[in-house]
Amino acid sequence: MKYVIPFLSGLLFGLGLLVSGMNDPQKVRAFLDVFGSWQPELIAVMGAAVVTFFIVFQLSKSRNKPLFASSFHLPSLQDIDLRLVAGAAMFGIGWGLVGLCPGPALVDVLSGNESVLIFVGALIAGNRLAHYFVGPAKSS
Amino acid sequence: MWDEIGGGFLIGAAASLLWVGIGRISGMTGVLSSLFLVMDSGRHWALAFLVGLLVAWPVVQAAGYSTPINITDNTGLLIAAGLLVGFGTYIGNGCTSGHGVCGMGRLSFRSFVATLTFIAAGIVTVAMMNAVGLSL
Repeated sequence: MKYVIPFLSGLLFGLGLLVSGMNDPQKVRAFLDVFGSWQPELIAVMGAAVVTFFIVFQLSKSRNKPLFASSFHLPSLQDIDLRLVAGAAMFGIGWGLVGLCPGPALVDVLSGNESVLIFVGALIAGNRLAHYFVGPAKSS
Repeated sequence: MWDEIGGGFLIGAAASLLWVGIGRISGMTGVLSSLFLVMDSGRHWALAFLVGLLVAWPVVQAAGYSTPINITDNTGLLIAAGLLVGFGTYIGNGCTSGHGVCGMGRLSFRSFVATLTFIAAGIVTVAMMNAVGLSL
């Protein structure tokens, strides 16, 4: 189950991205085009996903460990700092430029679309550049 | 609209399954970083998650579902955007999945700040590109 659960979760996540149209950069950019020809439908994707996870996360608080592992791994970082805001802002600029964030970019890889593959190559390069020049965040 | 709600529910269900099943947050940024941490057995779940994510494309095509990808073919723009997204999500410790879905779902103030910041930056970027006539 250690690998079956994450495999199924990844598959479900990918199906959700594809069914909702989050994998289509033009649709994502139209969602971000608030001051132009705004298409707000993608709000429903995040809304439905957040509400579903919120309910299950609340229910999970009655358990002291997950079904198939020894403990819950809650993110340890709490700080609102420059690193968080600068990183999110850089991400948002890149997201607006092309309309792809990491999940949809990865789910589109097996389409073989050349633009997607170029983006994913740069995405991985950016991840490694940040790792080598900035390094992992540490919780205070 | 139902495709968006249904797809969003599937994403929420996927995040819920990973949390209740093995106690992990389904964040794509962490999954991406895990590609370079294959020696760390605590990260092996992320590789299984990535395989499942990649398999979604052929599954959906086999089911006959139409999933268009309308994307720019401007190589410079693609590389600049990919670098910004890869660098930014690493230092901001998350993206639309980890901060947007899981972080907001567990009412993390840090993730609310991150999500509002990247959505605002995306909106401003698209508006500025439209203003100078740069589009897909």
